[in-house]
Amino acid sequence: MSEVVLSTRELTKHYVLGGGLFSRRHVVRAVDGVSLDIYERETFALVGESGCGKTTLGRVMLRLHEPTSGTILYRGQDLSRLNERAMREQRKKLQIVFQDPYASLNPRMRIEQILAEPLRTHGFGSAEAIRERCAELLDMVGLSRRYLRNYPHQFSGGQRQRIGIARALANKPDFVVCDESVSALDVSIQAQVLNLLSDLQADLKLTYFFITHDLSVVRQFADRVGVMFLGRLVEVGLTEDLFDRPLHPYTMFLISAVPRADPRQRGRERPILMGDIPSPMNLPSGCRFHTRCPFAKDICRTEEPMPRKIDDRLVSCHFPLES
Amino acid sequence: MSLTSEMTALAPDVIEETSFLRDALRAFRKNRMAMVGLFFVVTLILAAVFAPWISPHDPYRVALDEQLLPASSTYWLGTDNFGRDILTRILYGARVSLVVGTVPSLIALMIGTVMGILSGYLGGRTDFVVMRLADMMISFPSLLLAMVVMYTLGANLLNIFIALALVGWASVARVVRSQTLALKGKEFIEAARANGASRATIMFRHIFPNVVPTLIVLFSLSIPDAIMWESSLSFLGVGVQPPGSSWGLLVAKGKEYLFQAPLVAIAPGVAILLTVLAFNFIGDGLRDALDPSMKD
Repeated sequence: MSEVVLSTRELTKHYVLGGGLFSRRHVVRAVDGVSLDIYERETFALVGESGCGKTTLGRVMLRLHEPTSGTILYRGQDLSRLNERAMREQRKKLQIVFQDPYASLNPRMRIEQILAEPLRTHGFGSAEAIRERCAELLDMVGLSRRYLRNYPHQFSGGQRQRIGIARALANKPDFVVCDESVSALDVSIQAQVLNLLSDLQADLKLTYFFITHDLSVVRQFADRVGVMFLGRLVEVGLTEDLFDRPLHPYTMFLISAVPRADPRQRGRERPILMGDIPSPMNLPSGCRFHTRCPFAKDICRTEEPMPRKIDDRLVSCHFPLES
Repeated sequence: MSLTSEMTALAPDVIEETSFLRDALRAFRKNRMAMVGLFFVVTLILAAVFAPWISPHDPYRVALDEQLLPASSTYWLGTDNFGRDILTRILYGARVSLVVGTVPSLIALMIGTVMGILSGYLGGRTDFVVMRLADMMISFPSLLLAMVVMYTLGANLLNIFIALALVGWASVARVVRSQTLALKGKEFIEAARANGASRATIMFRHIFPNVVPTLIVLFSLSIPDAIMWESSLSFLGVGVQPPGSSWGLLVAKGKEYLFQAPLVAIAPGVAILLTVLAFNFIGDGLRDALDPSMKD
């Protein structure tokens, strides 16, 4: 495979709740020791239930939230050690497309201002050059140049999401976090935006870190998948392999929970995951998944499984399936 | 990119260029009470500005043979204890009351906005210090505070401004801070950070414009407050000094003749009442018009 663009080593983000005069201190381990390599021009999908720390991981990777510990390497450079100024300079190359197209555009700014701001911040050039670049960005995402003078509230969700994408691409980034970027859209619009994203990836040589809970999108769109559970990656592998032959029981349950559009499979018994996710404030001992895992043995309750390599997959489980 | 070009073809080429403020203005015009308030205030401002030309008499001319006259065709609202025309005194008083209503509110608004945004966005120690300061201001009886300021600095217009701004900024700061906190969590602020925008840029270009509608409403609602404050201070004798006139002072002086010539006190009182009411209508109208969730 090609060069690593961004990698994390033991990346951790803990949030401290309470701890005031009258409340007990709680630590939420939103991201708890994630090590991960993302390769040039691939689409890496991160999946998991809500509350598992997907979004936090995406934010911490870009240092939109400061990591508690661990390192983030962007093309060999340790981002976590940069001072604020140097980090701002790097932000050109590290971008994010958000989930909610209604909250991600400043309602008081015209589209032109929204697109011009990142350009101006990083000294793109003259006012004329910036205006031309804004128009070009709208072309790139398939919107008319004439929208430059309009305000966000005049657009539909899909159009706004395109504007959000255009903003992220303004300074020609090479790593883009897509945080549930199509989840808030209608299915038909979703397909359009996904097509746009993959066209742009090909044209601009982008690397995507695609955060989602929608497995059908993952299967269609991603090269590799990471499955996250309670702040940890439990399995990482190529999309096809992982869907065909999940090794971690949690991955298996996630995949089997996707409804199938096949009437012949209707009557068939499917394994369904029972129970709720344990609280990230109060993690279970041993394997985090053991409270819900039907295959759990004694060791799972006491010892946390370390990630190990099986074929070209990484799995954190004492008893991987089918092996 | 066939699909995307198809998309463009389907969408209308030009969307009407409206802005948020234009929409708000349209909504405001539909609000009848607010328009009545606006009409009243505009008339009042014009009357105050052109007082020397439109007022029927000289506000300072003393005519001791015409004391405390009832309303008549020469003196529409009667005369006071020095024989001065009350209507004229009210028109001249409006100048003071309007200036005192707007200027200190503006000062308080500016201080409060800066403090509120800094406090809300920077958080931490800044937040703690600013908010405790605001708490102190709010927990202190404001009339007393204003009176102390007037007493120590002396009773003149500039000191009224200082006293009222000092009393008013804290509540503005609180409102702006809570708005800032709400905005801070929005994704567009995160997008700005992801684009490398500095904290100053975020506060000034992203947070401030989104607070402006609230500020407009706060301003229009604080004008009547300030008019009331000035009236109270003048009534208590630490505000505007005679022979100058302000509505509060007119009421204060008139109350001694309440039984002989009730109009002397009541007429400026009614002027205060109507003006405060009109500003409140405008404020309510603005609040509804500027609230995005109220949009049809």
